[in-house]
Amino acid sequence: MKQGEIKEQTRCYHCGNDCIDERVELDEKVFCCNGCREVYAVLSATGLCNYYSFNDHPGVSREKTGKRFDYLRESSIVKDLVDYSDDQSTIVTFYIPNIHCSSCIWLLEQLNKLNPAIYYSRIDFLRKQIVIRFDNRQASLYDVVVLLDHVGYEPLISLQDVIKKQTTGRKDKLVRKIAVAGFCFGNVMLLSFPEYFGLSGQEEAFKTFFGWLNLAFCLPVVLYSATDYFRSAWTNLKNKVLNIDLPLALGIAVLFGRTAVEVIAHIGPGFADTCCGLVFFLLVGKFVQRKTYYHLSFERDYRSFFPVAVQVMEEHMERSVPLSDIRVGQRILIRNNEIIPADSILLKGDAKIDFSFVTGESVPVSKVLGEVVYAGGRQTGEAIELEVMKPVSQSYLTSLWNNEAFARTQDNRMQTFSGTVSKYFTIVLLAIAFGSFFFWLPFDFHRALSAFTAVLIIACPCALALSTPFTMSAALSILDKNLFYLKNTDVVEQMARIDTIVLDKTGTITIAGGNTIALSGNLSAYEKRLVYSACGNSAHPLSRLICQYLEGARKLNTTAYFELPGRGITAEIDGNSVNVGNERFVKPGPQVNKNAGSTEVHMAINDKYLGYFSISQRYRPGIGAVKDLSPNYNTFLLSGDHGHERAALSEIFDPDFMFFEKSPQDKLDFVKKLQSLGRKVMMIGDGLNDAGALKQSDLGIAITDDVNNFSPGSDAILDGRSLSKLPVFFKFSRDAVRVIYSSFLISLTYNMLGLSYAVSGRLSPLVAAILMPLSTVTIISFTSIAIRLAAKRRSLL
Amino acid sequence: MSIIYFLIGCSVLLALIFLAAFFWAQRHGQHDDLYTPSVRILLDEEPESEQKK
Repeated sequence: MKQGEIKEQTRCYHCGNDCIDERVELDEKVFCCNGCREVYAVLSATGLCNYYSFNDHPGVSREKTGKRFDYLRESSIVKDLVDYSDDQSTIVTFYIPNIHCSSCIWLLEQLNKLNPAIYYSRIDFLRKQIVIRFDNRQASLYDVVVLLDHVGYEPLISLQDVIKKQTTGRKDKLVRKIAVAGFCFGNVMLLSFPEYFGLSGQEEAFKTFFGWLNLAFCLPVVLYSATDYFRSAWTNLKNKVLNIDLPLALGIAVLFGRTAVEVIAHIGPGFADTCCGLVFFLLVGKFVQRKTYYHLSFERDYRSFFPVAVQVMEEHMERSVPLSDIRVGQRILIRNNEIIPADSILLKGDAKIDFSFVTGESVPVSKVLGEVVYAGGRQTGEAIELEVMKPVSQSYLTSLWNNEAFARTQDNRMQTFSGTVSKYFTIVLLAIAFGSFFFWLPFDFHRALSAFTAVLIIACPCALALSTPFTMSAALSILDKNLFYLKNTDVVEQMARIDTIVLDKTGTITIAGGNTIALSGNLSAYEKRLVYSACGNSAHPLSRLICQYLEGARKLNTTAYFELPGRGITAEIDGNSVNVGNERFVKPGPQVNKNAGSTEVHMAINDKYLGYFSISQRYRPGIGAVKDLSPNYNTFLLSGDHGHERAALSEIFDPDFMFFEKSPQDKLDFVKKLQSLGRKVMMIGDGLNDAGALKQSDLGIAITDDVNNFSPGSDAILDGRSLSKLPVFFKFSRDAVRVIYSSFLISLTYNMLGLSYAVSGRLSPLVAAILMPLSTVTIISFTSIAIRLAAKRRSLL
Repeated sequence: MSIIYFLIGCSVLLALIFLAAFFWAQRHGQHDDLYTPSVRILLDEEPESEQKK
């Protein structure tokens, strides 16, 4: 029990957390922990306390610190991290998850006041990145990182970032293409207006001039901006796939061809404005579709979970070694809260390893000397020494990534509606075009040709190509506001198709590390020792939890010990008989009403009932929503943990649909098996143990409490707080698909309308010039209004 | 009316200059971060003297 009550609720001056357990004061200001106070001390010493004047409590709690950056002294690691370095200065970019307010920007851009060796530091707020240029003769990368850590902004340095650096650099020119298309479109419109409004006799001379100018403006649009469509249509044709790019490319080519012919032969103004407008709108649609979350990564794998370097012991000397250089047989040192990077053998120290992220087991596991410790576990407690058994890339955990699911290309997994429709659309379009061509051919070749081209122009599926991007990008930003981040727009359609949901347990529906254990009844110190000794003999997860709770009690001599599976322990300790187990086992007679959702462990010493421990996993608040899904979806639970929570979970899941003690590979195979039965499977998981299943599933969702933390590679990232909205997200995704259907019907209507002109071969450029933008504007406004209405109805907005 | 030729030439030239300016800005990373400058401009150099909030 806590000594003394805090009179009033005080909030930490630095981070704004309530000061509950600890209270540190400095300069009449209260801090929740020493970490927060240290930051304040650093800032006040350099006169940077304005940090606190821009926002209230701008800091982030510093309770959990103690990270070591020793590895940044190793030049081979530093070389991989920096962007640029010469003999004077170094430029480096860090990702800092803590950046969240204007105070952060202000402080981090004043780093040179804290260390004069820093020339400048610049923040990119949305990417949560800082670029720092510093004098490498006066400061090292280590100093810079420690400084950042001192002011409360610890950069996230992971192995994957080091690798990612080398693979990026491919820049897309979409914005440039849009700029060119927009520029030409505007000019062509201006030059086409006189023609549409009619030119008087003496102005006729301008007609040819305008025509040639229009043709000139079309050239960069077709030859530069629209190249992607031609290329994609060609590759698809070569692979015998019909997609929407073929009619689009045909439309653009025909528009340009007819414009060129008409202008050169002086027979008409051509379709220059329709051509430029089409390309411009299409590119804008492409741009809208490409929403990027700069601060999220959907491609993370085990490498970003592992540390960059490990302390290796060599002749009683510690040395930081990059993870990739770790060799078999090396002796590594792992401190509290550090991750074991490779399968290894425990040589020294008391290992209590938390595997919750790797296997789904909720309780830390104790290992004895000489035992194998698998990679990915997190040591809790004192520092341990291990001998590496296998290289990092071949450990039990990372071998999962050798599965074919990770090698598979992702492109064909998601079938979109517009992809399916455009196949038939293209066939029908070509049939009509050739039909009208051959219909007019016997009468008039010229008219046949103009009917053929007119069909291709008017039926160019511009509106169809735009309906999906605009609907889905609107849906994406609505979901984004509800803390559900999708990788791309196809995911929304994929979500509407899901019929089976597979959930992980630890960390997904329970909060990781959130076991609460409470003792009902009074135990004397001696009785505590007895219970501790009894439980200490057992490997049962509940016994281990009780031992953790009673930590500090000394063990007594056990003379007899029996464990009855599923019931309890009976032991003879120090001359006393101790019974620990479920209620029926410990206490004969009537049972008290049980608390649902928690497990109880009862105790009796020398047949005297003493009370019970109640242990409950903390479930996420939105867990009830999962239950609501079960009538429409098959929901499975797949856990790496032991089945001791089966009873509590059967309220949410069908008992036949719960599976425990599943390895990462089992999970992947389970998803595969469901898929082979024709199911569309959504996997929701959080840890590395789910990574395979997430990848294999039709839609993998990583759930996390903090989107900046590590989450395995997935199609979407869901903030744990929004789990309760999952059923609504499903409904909304189906609404979005319905909006696409309707907008498709609208665009078809426009096409029909235009086609009736086109097949007669008498398409005036004016009709095309009006119809094309009109249909585009209709589609864009319809989709954005409809999707917002749908979101309002589902109260997502 | 031949002045139209000259005027159109001028307008296209002007538009081309703007396009070139856009390209220049794009290449020099002016559109890389569209959010932070909007916050940065609101941060005073020395807010201490003003005793804001």
